[in-house]
Amino acid sequence: MGDSNLKNSTLTELSALLQKKDISSVELTSYYLERIKRLDGGEGGLNSFISVTEEHALKQAAAADAKLAAGGAGLLTGLPIAHKDIFCTKGIRTSCGSKMLDNFIAPYSATVVEKMESDGLVMLGKTNMDEFAMGSSNENSFYGAVSNPWSRDRVPGGSSGGSAAAVAARITPAATGTDTGGSIRQPAALCGITGLKPTYGRVSRWGMVAFASSLDQGGVLTQSAEDAALLLNSMAGFDPKDSTSMDRELPDFSAELNNSLEGVKVGLPKEYFEDGMDAGVAKVVEEAIETYKSMGAEMVEIELPNSGLAVPTYYVLAPAECSSNLSRFDGVRYGYRCEDPKDLEDLYKRSRGEGFGEEVKRRIMIGAYVLSAGYYDAYYLKAQRMRRLISGDFHSAFEKVDVIMGPVTPTTAFRQGEKSDDPVTMYLSDIYTIAVNLAGLPGISIPAGFSDGMPVGLQLIGNHFAESKLLNLAHQYQQRTGWHRELPSNIE
Amino acid sequence: MSLKKTDVEKIAHLARLSLDEEAIPGYADDLSGILSLVEEMNEVNTDGVEPLAHPHDAVQRLRSDQVSEENQRELLQQNAPQIDSGLFLVPKVIE
Repeated sequence: MGDSNLKNSTLTELSALLQKKDISSVELTSYYLERIKRLDGGEGGLNSFISVTEEHALKQAAAADAKLAAGGAGLLTGLPIAHKDIFCTKGIRTSCGSKMLDNFIAPYSATVVEKMESDGLVMLGKTNMDEFAMGSSNENSFYGAVSNPWSRDRVPGGSSGGSAAAVAARITPAATGTDTGGSIRQPAALCGITGLKPTYGRVSRWGMVAFASSLDQGGVLTQSAEDAALLLNSMAGFDPKDSTSMDRELPDFSAELNNSLEGVKVGLPKEYFEDGMDAGVAKVVEEAIETYKSMGAEMVEIELPNSGLAVPTYYVLAPAECSSNLSRFDGVRYGYRCEDPKDLEDLYKRSRGEGFGEEVKRRIMIGAYVLSAGYYDAYYLKAQRMRRLISGDFHSAFEKVDVIMGPVTPTTAFRQGEKSDDPVTMYLSDIYTIAVNLAGLPGISIPAGFSDGMPVGLQLIGNHFAESKLLNLAHQYQQRTGWHRELPSNIE
Repeated sequence: MSLKKTDVEKIAHLARLSLDEEAIPGYADDLSGILSLVEEMNEVNTDGVEPLAHPHDAVQRLRSDQVSEENQRELLQQNAPQIDSGLFLVPKVIE
């Protein structure tokens, strides 16, 4: 099989090659390791990886090959994957994109990593990200910005920007990510790939460095919805080690991929289509809606009246939870410690002041402020009340429709540096994704076309635990269209 | 809400963050901007609305009080900046 075919092969296709013994896992792993070496590092490289774990990968691949030869291998055995550097990997640096954890060797693996390892997936390395998953452009990484493979001077989105760029450039066939306010769906949209954020509580948060615990959810960035289903089957499930993990029936997420869309009711929130969306993005979204209609889906206008206040609500709740979660970084037990502290308070303050980047410090301070005496009711409690209203809008909508559809982002990928001076402008780029996290719903972003040569994503939002429905709608679209097969022309 | 330099210093102290003196005015501007964004919430009357802390309104799951973890002190302390005889070291606290 030629390299050009291999490059654009989905996990599902690569799995078939491995099962037929047309290629070995060591060969496949070496193929991606070579691509990473050639396209990711050095001057002009994408910088989508923080660590490449070559030796570890080849060892896992050899073990996978042994299993494939002996029989008893699963569908995922021997397939390469990259993990966002927010997932703890035993014995391997887990930096979370921060100077604070630059020297942190995880003493255990995240549940997600363990599950994927036991299913035989091969880890190529750890991907770049905004520091502690706080950002929408990947410009907040201690390890430097990541380039968008479609246009090097543009951002890949964030915070799972490294994972998105790496999949878009096919230097890994798939990657994990996390989504607190859009951090899987937004970079997937800006890089022209598929990104699935499961229902809150569906995937274990154990070993996933915490940012905002009531919003964080692990998921995947892939080339297709079919691949996302395959990986969700491995990573999802109740975990007693995560106190917010939900004990729900676990379906085979691939089972409904081929269901007909005849009569499926799709809600179009009028607030998402009113204004603020770039004309090129709007055109692509409208065309995708027409495609769905032609497949038998029925469009219904719905209202999400409080969705416009999702961003303000989020920027109380997420920073509050972040300030609490990140108080564990104290320079005492692990992570960065400042030089020559003069007393304990100096040790805390300088270790944190020097170890955290600017955006993380901003959010910690906003959090400390909204939780401080005298302000708690006006900010934190108010935001929790807003959260119920925003969540209630979705509950009402799902009484009428099966799925909600709209844009992922108001524009295509913006230029590096374009929004980095103004945090509020940056925050507003997540306007269509953030409410989904507040309500704990699953969402998926799929490539739906291009505007001025840059990819545009389409967002599908499902009811709680309705990932199979989302994957069904996404897969059917990908059977009908070829957008998810498009590759950046400058990537060999 | 517009924050002054002294407000930022107070918040930074609460959060145990040292800030460069020259960076404080920038933080004051940024944090004020974020708080103005946040205050758009006040457009909506939320009287009588129950706060939502967990997307599924779930309550804390409890487990039986049984030992589940083995002692892994040496492994876990491998990342510590300074230890002695299994203890974390910090600058002297009591004179």
